[in-house]
Amino acid sequence: MTDEPLLRVSALSKFYGSRVGCENVSFDLWPGEVLAVVGESGSGKTTLLNCLSTRLLPSSGTASYRMRDGQFRELYRMSEAERRFLMRTDWGFVHQNPADGLRMTVSAGANVGERLMAVGDRHYGKIRATAVDWLSRVEIDEDRIDDEPRAFSGGMRQRLQIARNLVTGPRLVFMDEPTGGLDVSVQARLLDLLRGLVTDLGLAAIVVTHDLAVARLLSQRMMVMKDGRVVESGLTDRVLDDPRAPYTQLLVSSILQV
Amino acid sequence: MTAQSTDIATYNFAYLDEQTKRMIRRAILKGIAIPGYQVPFASREMPMPYGWGTGGVQVTASIIGPDDVLKVIDQGADDTTNAVSIRAFFRKVANVAVTTETAKASIIQTRHRIPEHPLKAGQVLVYQVPIPEPLRFLEPRETETRKMHALEEYGLMHVKLYEDIARHGRIATTYAYPVKVEGRYVMDPSPTPKFDNPKMHRSPALQLFGAGREKRIYAVPPFTDVVSLDFEDHPFEVQTFDQPCALCAAENVYLDEVILDDHGSHMFVCSDTDHCEKRRADGHRGHFAPETLAPGNMEPAQ
Repeated sequence: MTDEPLLRVSALSKFYGSRVGCENVSFDLWPGEVLAVVGESGSGKTTLLNCLSTRLLPSSGTASYRMRDGQFRELYRMSEAERRFLMRTDWGFVHQNPADGLRMTVSAGANVGERLMAVGDRHYGKIRATAVDWLSRVEIDEDRIDDEPRAFSGGMRQRLQIARNLVTGPRLVFMDEPTGGLDVSVQARLLDLLRGLVTDLGLAAIVVTHDLAVARLLSQRMMVMKDGRVVESGLTDRVLDDPRAPYTQLLVSSILQV
Repeated sequence: MTAQSTDIATYNFAYLDEQTKRMIRRAILKGIAIPGYQVPFASREMPMPYGWGTGGVQVTASIIGPDDVLKVIDQGADDTTNAVSIRAFFRKVANVAVTTETAKASIIQTRHRIPEHPLKAGQVLVYQVPIPEPLRFLEPRETETRKMHALEEYGLMHVKLYEDIARHGRIATTYAYPVKVEGRYVMDPSPTPKFDNPKMHRSPALQLFGAGREKRIYAVPPFTDVVSLDFEDHPFEVQTFDQPCALCAAENVYLDEVILDDHGSHMFVCSDTDHCEKRRADGHRGHFAPETLAPGNMEPAQ
């Protein structure tokens, strides 16, 4: 780890008219760190994620990102071209619904290769070799490379979406309920895969989830949100084993014991 | 405008009113200033259905003058319905001279071909464009494709070519092959065969593109770089034909397949009828030309 954070968020707020999306959120994210944002639906998790990934512009507050050259850049002051470039090179965004993050009508190989072509790769053989490599890393058979994602199961689509995002070697990945809508055994394998990739590649990630088990498995640190505000944050194990805020205590005690 | 009206409505020169022509000329000038950029314009209803060249007709109507000589081609041919009708239309509403000879025309309105005879400076080629947006089938949102053009995000265009190679082992796009204009905008050359793409590169003629239904005009000024997109290991190449034109024996031209009977016999002939007729007048004969075959001795080509 370096001695400077990757992302600095300070007093970020987003209002939808008079309604609060998220309010006064501040945190630092360090390289290689996985931060989970948990809370019930409507607590502002996704709004926060969309603001951080510049898919939404916040009403107030700042977020600065340490670029590859070591300089901090204010995200909301960058031009749209720069933000979109960042989005497809240094960042990844894994949607809850893979159909939102994939091109459903082009083959799996092209889905993985799109980012490479977007940054100027113009050698078909190399693009294809990279796609094959990434498909195997996310446990998709090589002979499915020319199939469209429409022909894939939900778990495979999600793995393909992850491969598509990681192919340019991003440093920061945003994930919105990456295991939502998958059955438990598929979820377990996906989490296993994600945990492996995050460790191998030294990715920093911000994972939004309502599933505390996912948060415990993936993240080192977590933030608990309620009504758009952060009610508690700290090391994942500490927050889950010794919840201090009343709402966190309620959340932790609501987990069904099997 | 004449105040008194007779029993039959009279048209302004070249059908469109002068204000409309000015509006279209402004769009054309902007298009020329930004090669390959799609300029929105207020497309008018024309006395023909969309898809029959309403965009091209409006561009031609806006630039044509009494001294111009007009040629209209449809898939290379001067004698098909669309070409004949549009030629007749301009003869009627603009009273201009018309021709079928490429070299004599000052304005050539074309549907999906570039003439074989090299164009020269001073000529204007007007294309009829059905879908001006090269990214349309990859990204359905117009707001998004405009942004992609603005930010020069053209990775998606290569996704299409990638898909071609993955499915067919080569770039199988044969028409409407995307090009990059002057190193900036990716442009749809209208559904011309990719055979014609190299002719657009640094052409001495002005090339104007009109899409009536989609309400877009774009342009390639003379001597502008037009480069077909490709991969390093799958470079762009044009169609080749293994036999010459059956009528005029021309090689290195674009050929149409013509079915001769119900038994599948066929011949390949020049798609550019003017070019073919010129060559035959000069004495060139293909293996299927009437003069080559003795009467009553017709046999199908191999």
